[in-house]
Amino acid sequence: MNGTFNDRLEVRKNKAKYRSVAFLIATIFSVLFLVLLIASIVNQSFGYVLVEADTDPASLARNGVALEDLDAAGLVETLREGLTRKHFAALDAEAPLVSRPREELLGLIQREIIREEVQKTWLLSDSVLHKGEIFAFRDAEFPEGRIYFRSWLSIDLLKNPQSSSALDSGLRGAALGSLATILLTIALAFPLGVAAAIWLEEYARDNRINRFISLNIYNLAGVPSIIYGMLGLALFVRALEPLSSGAVFGVAGDGNASGRTILSASLTLALLVLPVIIINAQEAIRAVPQSLRQAGLALGATKWQTIWHHVLPASADRILTGTVLAMSRALGETAPLVVVGASTFLSQDPTGPFSRFTTLPIQIYQWTARPQGEFRSLAAAAILVLLILLLALNATAIIMRNRYRSRRRTGT
Amino acid sequence: MIDPTVSHRAFVAPAVPAAVPVMPALSATASDRDDQGPALDVRNMSIEYSDGHVAVRNLTLAFPKRSVTAIIGPSGCGKSTALRAFNRMNELIPGTKTTGQVLFHGIDVYGSAVDPVQVRRRIGMVFQKPNPFPKSIYENIAWGARINGWTGDMDELVESSLRQASLWDEVKDKLKRSALALSGGQQQRLCIARACALKPEILLMDEPTSALDPLSTSKIEGLLDELKTLYTIIIVTHNMQQAGRISDMTAFLFTGDLIEFAPTRQLFVTPRDERTERYISGRFG
Repeated sequence: MNGTFNDRLEVRKNKAKYRSVAFLIATIFSVLFLVLLIASIVNQSFGYVLVEADTDPASLARNGVALEDLDAAGLVETLREGLTRKHFAALDAEAPLVSRPREELLGLIQREIIREEVQKTWLLSDSVLHKGEIFAFRDAEFPEGRIYFRSWLSIDLLKNPQSSSALDSGLRGAALGSLATILLTIALAFPLGVAAAIWLEEYARDNRINRFISLNIYNLAGVPSIIYGMLGLALFVRALEPLSSGAVFGVAGDGNASGRTILSASLTLALLVLPVIIINAQEAIRAVPQSLRQAGLALGATKWQTIWHHVLPASADRILTGTVLAMSRALGETAPLVVVGASTFLSQDPTGPFSRFTTLPIQIYQWTARPQGEFRSLAAAAILVLLILLLALNATAIIMRNRYRSRRRTGT
Repeated sequence: MIDPTVSHRAFVAPAVPAAVPVMPALSATASDRDDQGPALDVRNMSIEYSDGHVAVRNLTLAFPKRSVTAIIGPSGCGKSTALRAFNRMNELIPGTKTTGQVLFHGIDVYGSAVDPVQVRRRIGMVFQKPNPFPKSIYENIAWGARINGWTGDMDELVESSLRQASLWDEVKDKLKRSALALSGGQQQRLCIARACALKPEILLMDEPTSALDPLSTSKIEGLLDELKTLYTIIIVTHNMQQAGRISDMTAFLFTGDLIEFAPTRQLFVTPRDERTERYISGRFG
């Protein structure tokens, strides 16, 4: 054999250098896009708003007392004068006006008499950079209008139910709907998924049928989510309507829900995330060293004792991490819920698993579809809420995981 | 080093439905323990893996009580496979077929009435690589006893087990600490203590020192000498010097066949089979 070594050290080193630069650029790009995304959402969530009122609040002063300083009786009088008799009677029939708290009366006057309407909204960047032009625009076009800086992300956004006016519309119903749906989804999918993973990894024999099952679970994880929506519509909403509307339990949910309930949505989402949870838990269980199982079994433990005391604790952190990822996916899902029949406009809070529902992504989708700019700002603020919720969920999971991990290390 | 106060309170079998047959002789009585018969009587045992490879062929071997028997042989000769068959650990490898008999107190551990869980409590095992549980030192010992229904004083059991493995003095102040913080040799002795805590009759050891440094190895070898007064020890080793140092009897396996089984000194000094002689003189394997 003839031959020499040519180590070409310079060439090899340079190659490595170019590659590492390319990797760095890729990283910078992804971070950049992330920053851009957040920036554009924040940009829309804050900014100047131009509103014009039907009635000037100053004109509502009674006997020289400004509106904000009136007592409850005075506010009721203002309402009586400002509204048609029929409208006033209708409000009074809901709950006697004289017995309502002062803040509520003020809110009513704000909504029903003053009736501020958004004429124009500006982005945060414009509000900062072109303040003069904004005010000049107001003076030219809406001399009666009022301009103020508004944070669309506010406590009111969380507290208020959905409304036709962007100014006092909130996402309480959607947030509660999302929370209820996701909790029920996890309650259904987590035990089922982990149990299936335990069976597949620890009990199932390696034969053709079980390999076929495993393969199909992998495939299911890749099925587009809208297909799960169709399945949910056909199965949970239509076929199992008595179950999903609560009739079989003797629960009278929303009379008009007809199966389009939180339970249907949760069952659908549970189907959607189940393969993800199973696959992830399978991998977590597979990663537990065989020596740990042998140690348990060699001490005269049964298979289940070994799994429960050693295999599951050793894989819990990974199982939890995967479950949280699945949870995040379910929280952001829109398409299947549209198919299952999420309500597009719902001003009531969900009352239980058998009530109609809407969720944050659906709400965001609805708002972005509106032509008015103020709803886009509202949507941006809702996206921030969704993001914060997601981050909170992930943080909880990471804390739980770390606790498990350190417990495993310290062995206590 | 052996604690003379080892408690002899018995393990209470968890309530077993009457339909499940229990190995009668496994509820060992004192007379069983003193009887002079073999601890384990292997008859015509063959083991075949799912790929058709026969790892052990027609092994017939009786292991004497309260002694150390070494199984030696070149890599792949089936010695570990045979050892794992004695307490039915081979069943964890799917598709393994075991035929023949392994008689323990006169009862075949492969009998249809026998639950492998019962077998493994009485025939303990120590593995090649130390595999303590990722739990505290205390919990490593206590867990096996607890799941097997130990009714005695747990602290006492933990202490006596650790003393048997001559680990007590090193860990008595840190029982609540993680077992993973121990050195490799200490971990292996913990695994021995863990097996001893179940008061087995037989201890199977699968190359227990091959992952350890010489000092830890010699500690464990010294330990075996003391442990054999309490247990029957069957040890697989690829280290012939070790077999010579620690064992009373030695079995030489070659490509799945038992070539020679004799008192250790005799096997090493005057081997009867030519293959044994070639192996112990280092000409192959």
